[in-house]
Amino acid sequence: MGNEKKPGRRVYLDNMATTPVLPEVLETMLPYFREVYGNPQSIHSWGDEAREAIEKAREQVANLIGGEAEEVIFTSSGSEANNLALKGLAQGQVSKGKHIIISAIEHFSVLHAARTLEKTGFEITEVPVDKHGLVDPDEVAKNIKKETILVSVMHANGEVGTIEPIAEIARKVKEAGVLFHTDAVASAGSIPVDVNKLGVDALSLAGNEFYGPKGSGALWVRKRVRLIPLMDGGVQEGGRRPGTENVPAIVGMGKAAELASRDMPKRMEKLSRLRDRLIKGLPAAVDHVLLTGHPTQRLPQNASFCIEFIEGEGMLLLLNSQGIAVSSGSACTSKALKASHVLIAMGLPHEIAQGSLLFGLGVDSNEGDIDYVLEKMPPIVDRLRQMSPLYAKFIKEKRG
Amino acid sequence: MPAYSEKVMDHFMNPRNVGEIKEADGIGEVGNPVCGDMMTFYIKVKDNRLEDVKFQTFGCGAAVAVSSITSEMAKGKTLEEAVKITPALVAKELEGLPKNKYHCSNLGAQALQAAIRDYAKKKGIKIEGLQEKGEEDEEGEECEVS
Repeated sequence: MGNEKKPGRRVYLDNMATTPVLPEVLETMLPYFREVYGNPQSIHSWGDEAREAIEKAREQVANLIGGEAEEVIFTSSGSEANNLALKGLAQGQVSKGKHIIISAIEHFSVLHAARTLEKTGFEITEVPVDKHGLVDPDEVAKNIKKETILVSVMHANGEVGTIEPIAEIARKVKEAGVLFHTDAVASAGSIPVDVNKLGVDALSLAGNEFYGPKGSGALWVRKRVRLIPLMDGGVQEGGRRPGTENVPAIVGMGKAAELASRDMPKRMEKLSRLRDRLIKGLPAAVDHVLLTGHPTQRLPQNASFCIEFIEGEGMLLLLNSQGIAVSSGSACTSKALKASHVLIAMGLPHEIAQGSLLFGLGVDSNEGDIDYVLEKMPPIVDRLRQMSPLYAKFIKEKRG
Repeated sequence: MPAYSEKVMDHFMNPRNVGEIKEADGIGEVGNPVCGDMMTFYIKVKDNRLEDVKFQTFGCGAAVAVSSITSEMAKGKTLEEAVKITPALVAKELEGLPKNKYHCSNLGAQALQAAIRDYAKKKGIKIEGLQEKGEEDEEGEECEVS
């Protein structure tokens, strides 16, 4: 970057954007490029081997979420899974009504899928969240009407880490006899997710959020729930997701799911410890910092903040020059130049939301990484505040 | 990370003329927090020339670099010369900006114009080429996205 010195240390804390592929996952995937390359639909031993591999992966993914293998549909991503859920379930229920409820802090792959449905005649209700990003189950129940066919509320929000009371929401939705989908892309593989304990009808997840490869995702749909495919022209995934299967990615996601189930308690313990070190340490190192999301009911790998009086992209550039990779929900860092809809829905004013900073911890993170961030943050914040007209105004007003 | 030119990164990492001029002859404020960028320009005028230009900016890397280079371009110029600094000239001087950051170059030129307009108003003078009303006055909640 420019003429800046290369930083001595590289610290990747953008694991909510994507995680690295674990070595064991990669090893499991490799034979499926050069050796077991058959089309899983083919009637010969090459095809059989590939098919057996994806069926094993289906078991592994089903085990991670407490579902049955035959209920798992592999997709290209979490976004595709969410699109398939919203559009596929809506089209499948259209004879019963056209009303859909989502929350205001859903991922764009749910939010925008709902907007697309709205253009074709569906009615969408967005339920609000409180200042911690929590959806009120009663608020969902209140909005259910005769025409309601689907409710979709995310399990956890990747940007602010808040874990939603899905079991409670699902219970109320099911009492009304309505289908319930949850986007578990940010949570599946990181915290316990059980489709039966949650009581959901459909659930989305993505392999690259739990140390599997990019290009791997899945939608779990409970047996006998009607789903219309987004694409036509193939028998793959029971006809619900046509297209030759991405065998290496599916195998990788399966292995990653198996490892996530096996290592979950250990990972959660470590990540929450690092997260809490950052959540405690940052406001101690920098003043006018607020934690976004729920203080305790949050993902173990997520520490998100708003740093007052400054803007996120400037922080990302300066942190990057120190070898630190993080994300922000500021307008300047988004392609649409809009501040994160999640932070705005939580009631944060725009100028505060612009100072958003999101740390996504990973299994490779350690205490040294957190301490490095805590050492580098104060001068970066200070430097940007020294140029900020908002900070200058604040200091003047304080002096009175 | 946006694809910034080396010059943008240089002006972001080492911004010139940051700060406030006490008892400035003109002050211009543009932008709003909804769009993510706010700039304040301060000018000191002597014998019809911009003797000093300083700025404060809340915004992205491009916004800081635009403020920095605009202040450099304006310093030492006559008021008539300074009002001719356009967003296109600012972007060119920075060796280009990513497409979705063009609006930042508008802000730099607007903030400078606003500061000069403030000065002209206080002094009751007319400056050739100075826009009567700044575009920034019309800026609503909608942010420019090119």
